[in-house]
Amino acid sequence: MLRMIAFNLIQVAVVMFLSPLAVGILNRLKERVAGKKGPSIFQTYRDIWKLFHKDQIFSSESTWIFRLTPYVCFAAPILVTMLIPVLTSYPLFMAFMGDMIGGGFVLALGGFFATIAAVDTANPYGPMGASRTRMVGFLAEPVFMVVFFTVCFVANSTIPYIVQQKWVHPESNFFDPSHILVAVAFFMLILAETGKIPVDNPSGHFELAMIDESKSLEYSGSGAALMKWAGCMKFFVLLCIFLNVLIAPWGLASGTGLDDVLLAIPVIFAKILIAIGLLVVVESSLAKLRLFRITAFLGVAFVVAVAAVLTRMLTA
Amino acid sequence: MTPDKVAWIREVSLLDAGCFLLCSFGLIAAAQVLGCMRIYVIQSLLLTIDCVLLALDYHSWDLLAVAAIYLIAKVLLIPFLLRRTARQAMIARRELQQVINVPMSLLIALALTVLAYYLVGPMLVHTGVIIHVNLPIGFASVLIAVYTITVRREALPQMLGLLAIENGAFFAGIAVAPTFPLVGELAAAFDILIIVMILGVLSTQIHHLSGSTEVGMLSELTED
Repeated sequence: MLRMIAFNLIQVAVVMFLSPLAVGILNRLKERVAGKKGPSIFQTYRDIWKLFHKDQIFSSESTWIFRLTPYVCFAAPILVTMLIPVLTSYPLFMAFMGDMIGGGFVLALGGFFATIAAVDTANPYGPMGASRTRMVGFLAEPVFMVVFFTVCFVANSTIPYIVQQKWVHPESNFFDPSHILVAVAFFMLILAETGKIPVDNPSGHFELAMIDESKSLEYSGSGAALMKWAGCMKFFVLLCIFLNVLIAPWGLASGTGLDDVLLAIPVIFAKILIAIGLLVVVESSLAKLRLFRITAFLGVAFVVAVAAVLTRMLTA
Repeated sequence: MTPDKVAWIREVSLLDAGCFLLCSFGLIAAAQVLGCMRIYVIQSLLLTIDCVLLALDYHSWDLLAVAAIYLIAKVLLIPFLLRRTARQAMIARRELQQVINVPMSLLIALALTVLAYYLVGPMLVHTGVIIHVNLPIGFASVLIAVYTITVRREALPQMLGLLAIENGAFFAGIAVAPTFPLVGELAAAFDILIIVMILGVLSTQIHHLSGSTEVGMLSELTED
């Protein structure tokens, strides 16, 4: 029991301390592809460190929501980390406390607080970005639901640890048409939810065009650091769900020894690097969509996800 | 062949079928002619791969020859011919016009997929795994491609829809009738090449005369 709790804490530590590195590598690779030198891969750590040492300033018009939000946003991905397989292929201490839908709700809670905090300050750009994020969010919601339906049909469960086993046992599940369709739909969701290029430009500094970034414009000091760190963790957690639960449940530790679990860390990180490579290709080869084309983009994701359920339901 | 290998072939062909259906949706969602074309080529390539896999599964030399025909005609010659004959319209980097917008079209395509599964369902009672997957997906692709032709307002995407109908029909056909005479396939492939040539030349002519290949604009006669 104690060992399981310890592993759970190791998982959380991995997500907390490796996620800025993953984002740093992504940014660096993108700049390299664009022919520039790019910031160091440790730049995200430095940014967070620097922000923690700065003073926080609150608008006198803002309420407690604005002050609370960074902590909620920061806690949400950590909570989800405890529910999903990051390093081990067997359920850990918190595994049965919530399923994938529960995890989705927890992440959505963070998003909700970020939205109302953006409205709270009455900065004109905050509510605009927040309402756009909501638009992307509610278009993405049905896709999430249908992906979970498919997963339910395949695994008869939505607990991530069980789902992850079912995609490879029996092996024919892995090659099922519904598997590739779900994978594609979820990948498009990650692009939309983490504000990557076809939906949003994460490196843009033009407030009028921002979707995801403008929500945290008003934060300074440690609040800004927490928001930034939370964004990195959310990205990392979604990639973990994508890789470990839906696509490639290999490389997870199956033994209960400490060395097994520690050995899984580089393997998982290698998998994430491959996914980041894919993201760099997507982000460097596509242009940002117009705001009203996002409906089409997520419409495709939705249709793909429903097609996944159909092919599973009607042929099985 | 070992049972292990047979199972492997079936699994890969399942994966292939999933991607094939995805391409059908892509044909509706693509915003530019070149994108449509690329998706068509990918779909043809998937058809070829599926054909090779079925040839291995059914131990059929015929299907292997058919795969070769597909590779030459659909993956290589058709794009080449289209680029030659309708170069202007092909590289035009503008958004395609649609009667019904993309999200709505995708939902309709989804409904067509469900319809295809229900219509084909009764026929699948005593059949093997491969027909179980290929027949409904092929049929769905045919329906979606027909729909593409009806909503697109421009000549080239409509033509690609026509070619995609044929892809879907073959995708179902090679699973249902693996011993279909080779002559038939050859004739069909040749036919299509000629169709592509003619349509390509025709659309270039339209482009010359009216300055665009938007068929939707051609609904009125001009007087002069």
